[in-house]
Amino acid sequence: MSESTKPHPQGKGEKTHVGDSSYVGIDAILEQMRRKAMKQGFEFNIMVVGQSGLGKSTLVNTLFKSKVSRKSVQPNPEERIPKTIEIKSISHDIEEKGVRMKLTVIDTPGFGDQINNENCWQPIMKFINDQYEVYLQEEININRKKRIPDSRVHCCIYFIPPTGHCLRPLDVEFMRRLSKVVNIVPVIAKADTLTLEERDYFKQTIREELRANGIDVYPQKEFDEDAEDRMINDKIREMIPFAVVGSDQEYQVNGKRILGRKTKWGTIEVENIAHCEFAYLRDLLIRTHMQNIKDITGSIHYETYRVRRLNESNIHFSRVSVLCQSKKYFPYTQDIKF
Amino acid sequence: MASSDVARQPDKGVRPLSLAGHVGFDSLPDQLVNKSICQGFCFNILCIGETGIGKSTLMDTLFNTNFENFESSHFEPQVKLRAQTYDLQESNVRLRLTVVNTVGFGDQMNKQESYQPVVDYIDRQFESYLQEELKIKRSLHNYHDSRVHACLYFISPSGHSLKSLDLVTMKKLDSKVNIIPVIAKADTISKSELHKFKIKIMSELVSNGVQIYQFPLDDETVAKVNTTMNGHLPFAVVGSTEEVSVGNKMVKARQYPWGVVQVENENHCDFVKLREMLICVNMEDLREQTHTRHYELYRRCKLEEMGFKDTDPECKPVSLQQTYEAKRQEFLVELQKREDEMRQMFVQRVKEKEAELKDAERELQGRFEQLKRLHADEKAALEEKKRLFEDDQSSFSKRRAAAQLLQAQSLTANGKKDKDRKNSGFM
Repeated sequence: MSESTKPHPQGKGEKTHVGDSSYVGIDAILEQMRRKAMKQGFEFNIMVVGQSGLGKSTLVNTLFKSKVSRKSVQPNPEERIPKTIEIKSISHDIEEKGVRMKLTVIDTPGFGDQINNENCWQPIMKFINDQYEVYLQEEININRKKRIPDSRVHCCIYFIPPTGHCLRPLDVEFMRRLSKVVNIVPVIAKADTLTLEERDYFKQTIREELRANGIDVYPQKEFDEDAEDRMINDKIREMIPFAVVGSDQEYQVNGKRILGRKTKWGTIEVENIAHCEFAYLRDLLIRTHMQNIKDITGSIHYETYRVRRLNESNIHFSRVSVLCQSKKYFPYTQDIKF
Repeated sequence: MASSDVARQPDKGVRPLSLAGHVGFDSLPDQLVNKSICQGFCFNILCIGETGIGKSTLMDTLFNTNFENFESSHFEPQVKLRAQTYDLQESNVRLRLTVVNTVGFGDQMNKQESYQPVVDYIDRQFESYLQEELKIKRSLHNYHDSRVHACLYFISPSGHSLKSLDLVTMKKLDSKVNIIPVIAKADTISKSELHKFKIKIMSELVSNGVQIYQFPLDDETVAKVNTTMNGHLPFAVVGSTEEVSVGNKMVKARQYPWGVVQVENENHCDFVKLREMLICVNMEDLREQTHTRHYELYRRCKLEEMGFKDTDPECKPVSLQQTYEAKRQEFLVELQKREDEMRQMFVQRVKEKEAELKDAERELQGRFEQLKRLHADEKAALEEKKRLFEDDQSSFSKRRAAAQLLQAQSLTANGKKDKDRKNSGFM
């Protein structure tokens, strides 16, 4: 356990004296936490929603730089559009620099593809609520597992087709309903069909429509913790929705091998922020805000579900806690004196 | 600890994949650590030991601060616990430390119930966490965790063996809290005696089935250190907040005429080992054990005690909801019965009181009548007297009038007689 590289304490709480020999070692707990986290591994569940042909599978593959999507795992010789919405989830164990993660990608083929798309959010909503239910049941068990397996959907990426005009009623309906139960990250799919001006105009329209309909996408304004958070998140909110391009093919550009899409008029580099905003999306989802996304799912969306569920089925656990103190409630052994 | 580590065992349908480039989720542990730094940490230590054995001094030395300490008297009638919370900070880590001391432990004549207040305190902390967890609207991440994470048990340096009070107390606590036994005031024992003492203590603990906290061996980075330290238990510690100059440095030490006992010198005592194990290496594990082992055990026992089960006698899984509904019905029925009983008792009492009041009223009425009659009688008597008096008065005035008349008549008669005499003289 390396101690020589620890920094000297700058100062301590209330009743202290500062000196060279005053190192206690409280900050070693950070290292302990890190070790524990690395040993346990992480879990992340991401759902992709959008009409077929918008590049969902490709984007997910690009995000995680490997073939994580359903299509790569179960190759169908003929791509048929399902008659109803199906929910398919695939899990992978991935590892990077000693950090292990169980990634689950939940695909929703058939969404928005029927002629009558009313209530197309229902199967998805049901799936998300079912995951919350499974977690809740495990949590209220008497003998429960040391670590409850987390299958709750942490993040839902919603693909907006690049029409360039405004959101469609389907988009508005879906996002309005789902933003209350899960973190939604809207992205503009296949953004290489929009010029920069069209893209900016489209984004602005979308943002206004989201605001007008009261849709709170991730990062939600009300969950900003402090001024610093708000500053960072405001910058992100100004860029939402991200205009992304996905690709899992590499091309040679300027002597480097880069993921991109090659067309007759040029090569679109996926990770070049001048070309598209994929890098921002990846940074948000993975490099900076992944833990925050999981926290919001766990402490806010799940808790909301739990409150609603407990109120519905009349399990007033506050009554359970009353039963815990049953000694106070049961014997009325004294006579009531008037 | 044997845990069902989800990520370790390959699930069905989970394929290991290799990445073709740098994705970036290796920053996840950093994100987690940053979040914890923002939130701050919580650590609760319970110190059990006799009065004057050096608990507060050791806490001061461990955390390098001067906690407010009171010297307790030896005459406490019962064992009490005093908990104090402090906010400490080192570089960017904020720690909310709660130190709980026993007051009056081992001072009473009858020490049979000495362990009970400690057990009650620990259970109370578990209970309040359970309550919070079972609430409908709960805020677990904001909750100030007051469950005891580590228990330092101070053994008196007799040099012989554990006292029976020690054994009894530790036996009661070993399933509720992580016990770390320490030998206090270790500067009173010589090296050879100390070695024998430690062996004796450990063998007594083993033979009595006391499960003290074992430093975890499952993580390779710290397994070696922890194994060595496990062999040095219980730690023989010396505490001191005074500084003495040794060589050309000021060190924490205790100065005796025959020498200086340096607290941070590993040859002199095991203080550094204790600090390293308790704080630098295993603090997180202590917290985790408290939550996953001791708290879960408490929760399981508590819920089972109340009659909740996961499976009913036919071994079909019973949902908490069903059991709860049944319990709730029972409870409501019982409540209803009690309410009815209470109501009946109330009605009866009211009737009794009413009857009493009616009697009183009647009595009062009777008295009133009687008094009225008395009054009327007296009034009549008085009237009678008045009448008599008036009769008297009127007869008296008649008599007086008559007398006056008579007098007047006699005067005139006399006058008339004179006149008559006068007149008769002339005849």
